[in-house]
Amino acid sequence: MRRRVAIIGAGMTLFRRRMLETGKELSFEAAKMALDAAGLTLKDIESVVEGSAPDAFDGVHMKGEYLIDGSGGIGKPYQRVYVGGGTGVFTPVAGWWNVASGLYDTCLCVAEEKMSPLHPHPQYAFWSIFDQILERPLGTTLLWIFSLEMRRYMHKYGIKEEEIAEVAVKNKGNAVDHPCAQLGAKITVDDVMRSEPICSPVKRLDVSPPSDGAAAVILASEKVAKKLTDQPVWLDGVGWTLDSTHWTNRDLAYPEYVEKAAKMAYKMAGIKNPRKEIDIAEPYDPFDYKELHHLEGLQLAGKGEAPKLAIEGVSQRDGDMPVCPSGGLLGVGNPIAAAGMMKVCECFWQLRGEAGKRQVKKDAHTAVAQAWGDLMQVGTVTVMRS
Amino acid sequence: MPFKIGIVGVGYAGFDTMTPGLSTRELMFEAASRAYADAGIDPRKDVQSFICCTEDFWEGISITDEYMPDQLGAVLRPLCTVSSDGLVGVATACMHIASGLADVAVVESHSKASDVVNPNEIMSFGFDPVYNRHLDVDPRFLAGLEMTRYLKDSGTKREYCADVAVKNKKNALSNTRGVYGTNLSRETVLASPNAAAPLTELESSKVIDGSIVMVLASAEKAKKLGDHTVWVRGIGWSSDTPVIEDRDLATAAYAEQAAARAYKMADVRAPVSAFDLAEVDDTYSYKELQHLEALKLAAKGKAGRMVDSGNFDRNGKLPVNASGGSLGVGHLLEATGLHRLLEAVLQLRGQAGQLQIPGARKAVVQSWRGIPTATGAVAVLGN
Repeated sequence: MRRRVAIIGAGMTLFRRRMLETGKELSFEAAKMALDAAGLTLKDIESVVEGSAPDAFDGVHMKGEYLIDGSGGIGKPYQRVYVGGGTGVFTPVAGWWNVASGLYDTCLCVAEEKMSPLHPHPQYAFWSIFDQILERPLGTTLLWIFSLEMRRYMHKYGIKEEEIAEVAVKNKGNAVDHPCAQLGAKITVDDVMRSEPICSPVKRLDVSPPSDGAAAVILASEKVAKKLTDQPVWLDGVGWTLDSTHWTNRDLAYPEYVEKAAKMAYKMAGIKNPRKEIDIAEPYDPFDYKELHHLEGLQLAGKGEAPKLAIEGVSQRDGDMPVCPSGGLLGVGNPIAAAGMMKVCECFWQLRGEAGKRQVKKDAHTAVAQAWGDLMQVGTVTVMRS
Repeated sequence: MPFKIGIVGVGYAGFDTMTPGLSTRELMFEAASRAYADAGIDPRKDVQSFICCTEDFWEGISITDEYMPDQLGAVLRPLCTVSSDGLVGVATACMHIASGLADVAVVESHSKASDVVNPNEIMSFGFDPVYNRHLDVDPRFLAGLEMTRYLKDSGTKREYCADVAVKNKKNALSNTRGVYGTNLSRETVLASPNAAAPLTELESSKVIDGSIVMVLASAEKAKKLGDHTVWVRGIGWSSDTPVIEDRDLATAAYAEQAAARAYKMADVRAPVSAFDLAEVDDTYSYKELQHLEALKLAAKGKAGRMVDSGNFDRNGKLPVNASGGSLGVGHLLEATGLHRLLEAVLQLRGQAGQLQIPGARKAVVQSWRGIPTATGAVAVLGN
């Protein structure tokens, strides 16, 4: 018997390139802030879910076990869930099933990433995600496959680099108002175009930075949530989908896995016309073209039509459907799992009207957060309502 | 409403020291094909959630869920990794079903330990990087410390630990999946080389390869699938602190907590008399004793004597690890809990062959994630 689940508190740390805190300490800070926001202590929490991406960043085997004390899991049912870059939005999904199933009434969901321990650069961890026989001998990095995907997206729909750059300008600009942001900046399309090519057509300012950080939310059953707050944010839809391992056989211009995940979440939330019903979107934007890609997968723009949204102002913070009002990964930073959770936190704050300078102009009641990961393979989606 | 989720299909492949003819993905394919046939389902139509229990370092791949969907028939479907023992994966499947997210969910876990060149080194990477990892010793040193503490605090005779190895390795002789089955004397076990004193090598389980797949279904759906459903009546999992210096090394607090949750769900009030068989973690000999006490199948400090007296033999009052356990069959890394669940399911179905315990209707299964963790899960089964 499904129970309705609410988010009743959220918290996050600064996102920075090299934090002095350990992963445990980052988890603790975010968890504590979320507990304080919900007016709870750890004693009130029945189960804990931790999300963190590859163990290779920290060089710690069974990283979930290592992080237990920081995320408040001692003596509790504790799970670490994991779908690569999709983990951040997936962590509250795991919390959702802890509560919706009736097993637990409160669940603390913490997402943490500490990318900086890896030398010489966190990007090296991604070499080990590739096939040992066919791909690793090429010395592949994620940037290679992103440049292939961006190129394919541009080619198929005749999209220009300048149009894609508008997303970086928007998101980094939005992040100026985020107190935790790493790379908030007022930049221009020209700045993006003139930034150093990393793996053409991907340029420096098209990409989010490597970061350390953590974010957390508290979930509660309907009964408990109504006792604790007048402003629960309902987690009404969850969805996730994993595509085949063989990314070389995939349509790189369109994320079908995001579409399937979104449709799963929309169906659960009873959303029939996403473009009309969704007020705020926080799609995953580790690269500027990915925001566009994902908006199309989320059914919030037609195929090849997403670039218009930023250019015409629809996706700006004061537009009809603000997209990444937080500043996204491009602006706030990209500590993998924590970045996805940051998006869920942003939806929570926006729907409660607590987003401060970032508060969107329109009256917002429904928001969607989405993350993506693995070998361009996984989509994770949550739908939230005030 | 009592908790009731059906295990409607099981399949496995491997169960050998090496499986050179099959890749990890091929092992999974074989196990999954058998489980789907057993349940009578088509994974592409009938399953709403797939769960894999893996750890990156054992796989030699970062983000291992990337390599899971195709061979399970899960392409473009909900699939995720739960980085834990297979029993926690089963708990996850139960939550997916109880929340209405799925009618049918699949759990997979495997070990391809023969591909791992340096298992001890991998295990050492689980220790705290600042405080513990610089100790350049066999990671089983923690088992040696725990065993010493357990023997001292519980007043258990050292020899009783050896009896666990004797019992389980003997049981494994009748198990077609058993790799390390053998008839040994207590003296031989005690005289084998030290793994981490006082623990000896014959008291320390050895890894094998294998993949296990379970198909779970809601009570309603289970009626239509397979013809020998075994019910999960309660499930719990828990973790003690990751800081090893802070733990009480004598007891398995995680197993006590997990059991308390599972027993509450299943309304088990007197564990000693509630089960026809138990499959409890025996990665190391003393662990079986610790876990039996944590599960309240033996009074504190009494488990060793009960092993010695034959209480836990296959024809004893409560058969414990009649399959041969990890000491007799072999250790399957994160798939260990699923392996033991498999053994219990076969028993309750009456399909355990030579191992069959007559009239088995209720079982308890418990897992531990191994060094350096204090995480474990407990499942209560009935038919």
